[in-house]
Amino acid sequence: MSTPQLRAQFPALTQMLGDYPLVYLDTAATSQKPQRVLEAMARFYREDCANVHRAAHQLSARATQAYEAVRDALQHFIHAARREEIIFTHGTTEAINLLAWGLGERFGKDDLILVDSCAHHANLLPWQQLAKRSGARLEPIPLDKNLRLDKAAFSLLLQQKPKLVALSHVSNVLGTVNDIQALCQDIRAAGANSVVDGAQAVAHLPLDMQQLGCDFYAFSGHKMYGPSGIGVLWGRYELLDTLEPLLTGGEMIKTVSFQGSTFGDLPNRLEAGTPPIAEVIGLGEAVAFLKQQDRQALALAEQKLLSKLQQGLSAIAGVELYGAHRDNLGAVAFNLKGEHHQDVGILLDQQGIAVRCGHHCAMPLMSLMGIKGCCRASVGIYTDEQDIKRFLDALKASAELLGY
Amino acid sequence: MTEQTLTAADFIQFAKQTQAPLADLFEAVSSANNWQDRYRQLMQGAKLLPALPPELQTEAARVRGCESAAWLYHCQVEGKHLFIADSEARIVKGLIALLLHAVNNSDSQTLAQFEPKAYLKRLGLEGQLSPSRSNGLYALISRIIELSRE
Repeated sequence: MSTPQLRAQFPALTQMLGDYPLVYLDTAATSQKPQRVLEAMARFYREDCANVHRAAHQLSARATQAYEAVRDALQHFIHAARREEIIFTHGTTEAINLLAWGLGERFGKDDLILVDSCAHHANLLPWQQLAKRSGARLEPIPLDKNLRLDKAAFSLLLQQKPKLVALSHVSNVLGTVNDIQALCQDIRAAGANSVVDGAQAVAHLPLDMQQLGCDFYAFSGHKMYGPSGIGVLWGRYELLDTLEPLLTGGEMIKTVSFQGSTFGDLPNRLEAGTPPIAEVIGLGEAVAFLKQQDRQALALAEQKLLSKLQQGLSAIAGVELYGAHRDNLGAVAFNLKGEHHQDVGILLDQQGIAVRCGHHCAMPLMSLMGIKGCCRASVGIYTDEQDIKRFLDALKASAELLGY
Repeated sequence: MTEQTLTAADFIQFAKQTQAPLADLFEAVSSANNWQDRYRQLMQGAKLLPALPPELQTEAARVRGCESAAWLYHCQVEGKHLFIADSEARIVKGLIALLLHAVNNSDSQTLAQFEPKAYLKRLGLEGQLSPSRSNGLYALISRIIELSRE
C-alpha cells in the first residue's frame, strides 16, 4: 500500500490548524489512530458491550471471545510462547510497576538493580521505589560519548552480579536503539533478570520474544496506533507465575473467604478488576492493522524519513542534534543553540507543527547531556516527505524569527 | 536589584521603568498583522523586563506548571499590587511582560475584575491561555490572582 492510501486511514491527520495543515511529528508521545481502530471500539460499545469472563448471556460471551482473541493475536504478534504470557495493563507504566511490585519480595539489602541511563521515568521510578522499599542498590548503566549504552562499563557492572537489569529498547528521547538480543544474553549469563521497555519499539520493529531473549517486555497500545489506556506486560511464564499481584479483587481469584483467599491462574491472576474491554478490542484492531502492512517496507520508508529529518536538521544553522545515529528509530532530538526549547516549540506550533519540547520524562538523561530539555520530532507509519519538508521549513522560519 | 531580597523600592522602580515601554508593547502586539509579527514583538517585549539576578531565581519564587523556569515576586504598597517576574524562555517572558502591563500597580478590586481571556484575545494570543499549555501563562495568572487575594 502506498503512503497516501495509508495516510488517508488516519482521520485526525487531515485537519488544518489555523492557516496551516497539521504536521504531526509527535508519534513518540502518542500515535494517531486509523479509522478501523476507532470503528472497532465504537462497534463494541454499540453491539457487544458486556463484561467479560462471566458469560451467562450471549452478549458477554461475544465480548469475552473478542477480548480473549486479542490475547491470541498479541501472542502471535510478539511471538510469545504461551497466550497466558500476555498480561493486559493500562500501559507500559503500569506494566513495569506491576512487575516491580510483583518481584519486590525477592529483593533485599545487598541486591543490585541496573537501569539504563536513557530510561524513561516509567522504567526508572518503579525500580527506585523498589530499591527504597527493599534496601537494594540501584545503579545507572552509563552511556558512551555517542549517547549509546556503554558496553565496557556495562560488562564491569555485570561482574557485580546484579539481580535485575532494566533497559530501554529504543530511547524515547533520542531514538537510539539497544541491541537487546546481545545485552540480554550477557544479562542472563550474569544470572540476572532482564526487563525491557518496548514502548518506543513496538510501532517500528517486528518483535520476537523468542529471539530477543529477555525475561520481561512491556509496551503501550497508544504508541502502536491503538487506543490509550491499554498496554501489555509480557514475561516468561515460569517467572510471571511467581509474581505477587499488585492489584487484588475481582476476576483474579480462585476462592475467597474471610479467613483467606487463593488466587487464580495466569493471566487473570495479574488482571484484577474489569479490564478496559473496548481498549483491548481497539488494540486487537491495531495489531490486525499492522499485520496487514508490509512492515519491512514501511520500516525502510520510516528509516529514510528519519535520515532526511536528521540531515535536514543538521543543515540548519544553529541546530544541535543529540545522539543522532543512522540506525536510530522513530525520533530525533534537537535544540536551536542558545534558544529555549519551549520558544522553539511555541513558534513551531504557530505553524501547525506538532513536536514535543521538554525533558521527555528522562531527566537523568537531560542532566547527563547538560541540557534542561530539548525538542523531539518523531515519525510514524503515516509520516510523509511533505511533513518533513514542512517541518524543516517551519523550523527555519522559527530560527529566523529568533534572530538566527 | 542586586540585593538578596527585593525591597518595596525595587518593585516601585521596576513598575516605573517598565510602564511606558509595556504600553508600547501592548500597542505593537495588538496591532500586529500576522503571527510572525506578533511573536517578533513578544520577543522584543521580553527585553523590557530586567533580568532577575540568579540569586533571586529561587525554587520558592518559581511558578509551577511552566515547562520553562519562570519566577514571580509580589508586594503590596499603599493598596497597589506590584509584581516582578522573569522567565528563561523569551516568548514566555514576552507573555509575562504583556500580563504585567495589565496587572502591575493595580488595586485588589481592579485585579479581581481582570479577565485574562478577553485581554489575551485582544492581543490575538488567546490560544496561549489554557491549563494544558506548558507555557505557564495560566499558572502565572492563577498565582497573580492568588497573591492579590492574600
